[in-house]
Amino acid sequence: MIGVGKAKQYANVLDRPIGKGKQEVTIDSTSELNKDLVQVSLSAFAFLFSELVQYNQIQVDNIAELERRLEDAGYAVGARVLELLCHREKGSRRETRLLGILSFIHSTVWKVLFGKVADSLEKGTEHEDEYMISEKELLVNRLYARFISIPKDMGAFNCGAFVAGIVRVRTALDKAFQIIFNLC
Amino acid sequence: MAPAAPKSGDVIFASVDRVNAELFTLTYGAIVRQLITDLEEVEEVNKQLDQMGYNIGVRLVDEFLAKSSVSRCVDFRETADVIAKVGFKMFLGVTASVTNWDAEGTTCSLILEDNPLVDFVELPDTCQGLHYCNILSGVVRGALEMVSMKTEVTWLRDMLRGDDVFELQVKLLKQVPEEYPYKDDE
Repeated sequence: MIGVGKAKQYANVLDRPIGKGKQEVTIDSTSELNKDLVQVSLSAFAFLFSELVQYNQIQVDNIAELERRLEDAGYAVGARVLELLCHREKGSRRETRLLGILSFIHSTVWKVLFGKVADSLEKGTEHEDEYMISEKELLVNRLYARFISIPKDMGAFNCGAFVAGIVRVRTALDKAFQIIFNLC
Repeated sequence: MAPAAPKSGDVIFASVDRVNAELFTLTYGAIVRQLITDLEEVEEVNKQLDQMGYNIGVRLVDEFLAKSSVSRCVDFRETADVIAKVGFKMFLGVTASVTNWDAEGTTCSLILEDNPLVDFVELPDTCQGLHYCNILSGVVRGALEMVSMKTEVTWLRDMLRGDDVFELQVKLLKQVPEEYPYKDDE
């Protein structure tokens, strides 16, 4: 991380150690991963996220396009989180099976990103390939309740699209996953 | 802690809700990526980041004043100190140091050794003119403008370009007295 940059500049970025961050008091210090977490304030993240949404709002004309853009942003985040976590957690071995990936997302990823394990992982009843990861209090929607208000003309808008993008990237299989977000 | 700030940055940081810095870093990276794809010109991206930072700063200063209960700063020196010690700590979890005061006390440098925005980032050759952290300069500028100080904020040193720290130069242009929206004699 940055502390290393001070000491010496690596010739190749790939040689830079990822590091585990500094020792910090964290919200949830039970897991091994979280013990070394570096954190920023929630409001800093809220401001940043609001700018992201605002910027995209100007660029698009309708809600669907806005959600798609947010999802793309989330996708980029997800790809990197996946690499990072696989490297740290599992010694660079990635899950390739469906259930493996889903439970990886459900526990590890959620824990690192949002500080807790997702509320549940269920198999949907309607379709063969449908699974549901439920989360009662999504971080982004917690921001939603606290800091964001939706103007009347955007009733269907869902900031969860950002998180949907994070999940979308985990498809190591050929099947296309359709991520549908429902506010609890 | 300086007598002006009753609560130190650490105390406030410990009391606010926090999120994983990596999520923050990656989200910022996604924003910059979107901007580069949309705007394509590095200068445009810099300007847009600064503008976004300005919008954030304007709102951030309210939260800052509410949570930190600092009293009015006597001069610009104190302002810079408060920003570096309390402000940065409260929001980003890192402290900056203040150096390089000029003779009149209107220009100083904020040095950041640790910057959560740039973890895992490397600038490609096509984006060498990009000030990746330009949002920070906008935030400082916006926040100070809301407390009646017009400033100019520029990057002197940038770790992504090979320097050893991030150095942000804050120059006080002028202090704008508070304008009341109504006339006193009406």
